[in-house]
Amino acid sequence: MFYRENGQLKTSYQADQQIFPIAQDRWFILAMLLLAFVVAPLLATDYWFSAILIPFVIMAMAAIGVNILVGYCGQISLGSGAFMAVGAYGAYNFFARVPDMPLIPALILGGLCATVFGVLFGLPSLRVRGLYLAVATLAAQFFADWMFLRIKWFTLDTPSGSVSVSNLQVFGLPIESDVSKYLFCLTLLCLVALLAKNLVRGAIGREWMAIRDMDVAAAVIGIRPMYAKLSAFAVSSFIIGVAGALWAFIYMGSWEPSAFSVNESFRLLFMVIIGGLGSIMGGFLGAAFIILLPIFLNQALPFIAGMVGIEISTTVVSHTELMIFGGLIVWFLIVEPHGLAKLWSIGKQKMRVWPFPY
Amino acid sequence: MSREIGEVILDVHNISLSFGGVKALSDISFDVREHEIRAIIGPNGAGKSSMLNCINGVYTPQQGSITFRGQTFSHMDSHQVAVMGVARTFQNLALFKGMSVLDNIMTGRNLRMKSNLLLQAIRWGPAEREEIQHRKRVEEIIDFLEIQPYRKTPVGQLPYGLQKRVDLGRALALEPQVLLLDEPMAGMNVEEKQDMCRFILDVNDEFGTTVVLIEHDMGVVMDISDRVVVLDYGKKIGDGTPDEVRQNPEVISAYLGTGH
Amino acid sequence: MLYSLVALGFVLIFKASGVFNFAQGAMVLFAALAMARFAQWLNTAGLGPAWLVNLMAFALAAVVMFAVAWLIERLVLRNLVNQEGTTLLMATLGITYFLEGLGQSIFGSDIYKIDIGMPKEPVIAFQDVFEGGILINLEDLIAALIAACLVVALSVFFQKTGTGRALRAVADDHQAAQSIGIPLNRIWVIVWCVAGLVALVAGMIWGSKLGVQFSLATVALRALPVVILGGLTSVPGAIIGGLIIGVGEKLSEVYLGPFVGGGIEIWFAYVLALVFLLFRPQGLFGEKIIDRV
Repeated sequence: MFYRENGQLKTSYQADQQIFPIAQDRWFILAMLLLAFVVAPLLATDYWFSAILIPFVIMAMAAIGVNILVGYCGQISLGSGAFMAVGAYGAYNFFARVPDMPLIPALILGGLCATVFGVLFGLPSLRVRGLYLAVATLAAQFFADWMFLRIKWFTLDTPSGSVSVSNLQVFGLPIESDVSKYLFCLTLLCLVALLAKNLVRGAIGREWMAIRDMDVAAAVIGIRPMYAKLSAFAVSSFIIGVAGALWAFIYMGSWEPSAFSVNESFRLLFMVIIGGLGSIMGGFLGAAFIILLPIFLNQALPFIAGMVGIEISTTVVSHTELMIFGGLIVWFLIVEPHGLAKLWSIGKQKMRVWPFPY
Repeated sequence: MSREIGEVILDVHNISLSFGGVKALSDISFDVREHEIRAIIGPNGAGKSSMLNCINGVYTPQQGSITFRGQTFSHMDSHQVAVMGVARTFQNLALFKGMSVLDNIMTGRNLRMKSNLLLQAIRWGPAEREEIQHRKRVEEIIDFLEIQPYRKTPVGQLPYGLQKRVDLGRALALEPQVLLLDEPMAGMNVEEKQDMCRFILDVNDEFGTTVVLIEHDMGVVMDISDRVVVLDYGKKIGDGTPDEVRQNPEVISAYLGTGH
Repeated sequence: MLYSLVALGFVLIFKASGVFNFAQGAMVLFAALAMARFAQWLNTAGLGPAWLVNLMAFALAAVVMFAVAWLIERLVLRNLVNQEGTTLLMATLGITYFLEGLGQSIFGSDIYKIDIGMPKEPVIAFQDVFEGGILINLEDLIAALIAACLVVALSVFFQKTGTGRALRAVADDHQAAQSIGIPLNRIWVIVWCVAGLVALVAGMIWGSKLGVQFSLATVALRALPVVILGGLTSVPGAIIGGLIIGVGEKLSEVYLGPFVGGGIEIWFAYVLALVFLLFRPQGLFGEKIIDRV
C-alpha cells in the first residue's frame, strides 16, 4: 500500500517519460544518493573503501559500458578487459607525457583512445555475430595484452613494464585519501549513469535494441545497422575506457598489463549477465554482487565449515568461488535471463499491489 | 471513396530471383499507381513475399529493375527504400520482442529524428523536445489502431492479432507513401479482419497512402483492392481489376486446379 | 596437433547439437585430472602393470565424464532448450568455471603426470630424401594416429548409425527433431558423452606431453581460432586448422617476431581468425552461414 501509483497521473509526455515516474522511486533514489555521498564516507572504514566501495563504483561504471554493448545492442564482447587497458594506458600516456595535463581531460582522452580501439575491433560485428563475434573480441583482448606487454613506448620504456601515477588532483583538490578517491569516482559514476540512461531511453537506445532483437527488420524501417552497431561499440568502449583509467589511476595507483587480462573480460561479462542484460540498474547490481561474493565467501565458508568441524584452506575457498560463479551464471540464465534487475522490478511490482495479491 | 488514383509511382520491370537452384520469381513486371490499393495474390509459394522483399531491398534480384518515382534501381538498399518512403509489415511479424508497443512504434520515427548522440545523452533541451514531438505522432497512431491500453506492454506478451496491429503501427510511423503489407490478416478471425480492413482503408483514404497488399482471403481482396496481380510458381498469370482477374481462366485453374 | 584435438571436441558438439561448448577446455582439464589421479591412486594400490593401470584409469575417467555429461544435460541443457545461441554460449561459460572449480576441489591443483608410455625422444626420419632428415616427434605422430582413429570411428558413428542421424537432425532444428519423436534429452547426453570422451583423449595426450595442470583450461581459448579457421561444422577443418595454427604460430614467432618485439604467439592465431571472420566467416571448410528473414 505504500508503493502505489494511484493519484500519480501524468499530464504530459515529459512527465511520463521521466527516468523515475513513480514518486516513491524518486524518494528511494534520493535516499540512496544521500547514503552514498554522505553516510558512507562518514561511516566506512579503510577496508571497506579499498576492498569494496571504490572497486564497486569503478566496476559499476564499466558494467554499464559493457551492458550497452551486450545487453542493449546484443553484441557479445569478450574484449572488455582490452578496452579498459587501452583507456588506462591512453590516459597514462597523455598524463605522463604532456606536461601539466589535468586529470579529467586525461581520463577523457583515455576514453577516446578506447573508443577508437573499440570501433576498430567492432568492425567484425558488421559481418558476424554470436560466437564468431566473441572470437573477434577475444582477438582484441589478446592483441591488447601483447601490445602493452611488448611495445615499450606505451609504458614509457620502463624496464619492468609496470607504471604508476601519483599526485592526482582535480580543480586543485588533491585526491589522495580514500574518501576523496571514493567521492571522485562516485561523482563520475553518477554522471555516466545519467548520460547512459538518457541515451538508452532515447532514439539511439531504441536503435540498439532493435538491432539486438531483429536487425533485418531494423534495416527495413530505416535504421542503419552499421551506425547502430558501431555507435554501441563506441559509446561502450568510451565508458569502459574511462573506467579502466580510473581503475588504474585511482584504485591501483601502479599497474602492469596483466591487470587487464581476459579474466577481467569474463568478470565484466558475468556482472552484466547476473546483474541484468539491458538495464542500467543491472550494471550496479551485477558489480555489487561480483565484488561482494568473494568477500562473503571468504568469511562465510570457513565459518560454516567450522560449525561442521572441517578446516577450509584459502585454495578451497577460491575453488568454491569458481564453482559458485559458474553455477550462478547457469542458474540465472535458466531461471531469470534478465538477471537481478528483473528480480528487482518483479519485487517492485509485488510491492505495488502489496498487501493485495493482485 | 474520394481519393483519385494517380500516376504510376512504383514500377517493377522483369524481376527474376533465384536461390541456388530454385527460381522464386521469373520475369515479373507490374506497376502500382499512386493512391491505389494493389493486391498481390497467388497460391502458397508463388513468390509473393519474395517480391516484396525485392522491393524492400531484403533480397537482391539477379535480373530486372525497380523504378520508384522516376528513379530506377537494379537493387534496392533497405535503408534507402525507407528514406524514400516505403514501409512494410512482415508475414511472420518482425517486431522487436524485447521492447514495449510504444517503443516499437517509436523506432519507426527514428528516421526523422535528428538529435545526435551528444544531445541525446544530455536529453534536457532539444533532444527531449524532439522525443515529445514524435511521441505525439506515435500516440496518434496508437489511437488510430485502438491499442491504447497496451502501450507499455512488451510486445512479446501480446496476442497475435494485437501484434499484427503493432507491426502496422510501426510501418505507419514512417509516414510512408507506399505501404507494403505482407498477409496482414493471416490468422485472424472475422472481427479482427474487419478491423484490419477498416484500418487499411482509412490509411488509404485519409493519408492517400498507396497500399500493396499480399492476401489470401479472396473476399477481402475483391472488396478493397483497386487492381490485382496474380502470381503462380514465380510467374505472373494475371493483372487487372478484381473482376477481370476473377474471370481469368489461368487464375481459376491455378487456384482450383484444371478441370473447371 | 593438440589444438586439433580440442577443436575436434568443439566441432563435434556443434555439429551434433548446434551448441558451441565453451566448456570443452574445462572438460579436457577435468578429464585429464580425473585420469591422472585415478592412475595415481591405482598405482599406489599396486594393482598391476602400468598398461593395465592406465587402461583402468582411462575407463574410470570415461565413466566420470559420462556422469558429467549426464548431469550437464539434466541440469542445464534441458532447461535452456530453445534459448538463442548467445544464452547457451554463456551457459557453457558458466559450466566452464564450475568444472574448473570442481575439478580442482576434488582432484587437487598440483601438477600431475600421465604416463601412457608414449615415446619422448624425437626420431630423425627420411634421411635419404631430405638433407639431414626431418625431426619427427614420435609422440605427435602417435597422437595424430589416435586422433585419426577417433575421427574415423566418430564419422562412422554419425553417418551410418541411426543415432548418428538423430544427432544430425537435432543439430539442425531442436524443435523439429522433437516433433518427430527424437528423444531430445537422450541425444544431448550422448553428444556430451562423446564430447567428454574426446576431451578425455585430448586430455590424456596433452597431459602426457605437458603434464596436467591448471593452465590446461586456457587451452579452450587457444583452440577457438582453430575452429574458426577450419569451419565450425567441419571435422577435417578442425584438424587442418589445428595444424595450420600450430605451425603458423611457431613460424610467425621465428620470422615476424624480431620485428615487433617478440611474443607474437599470443595473438597470431586470433588475428588470423579475425581476418577469416572478415572475409570468410565459415572458415576453410565450413558451411556458409545463411540468415533467414
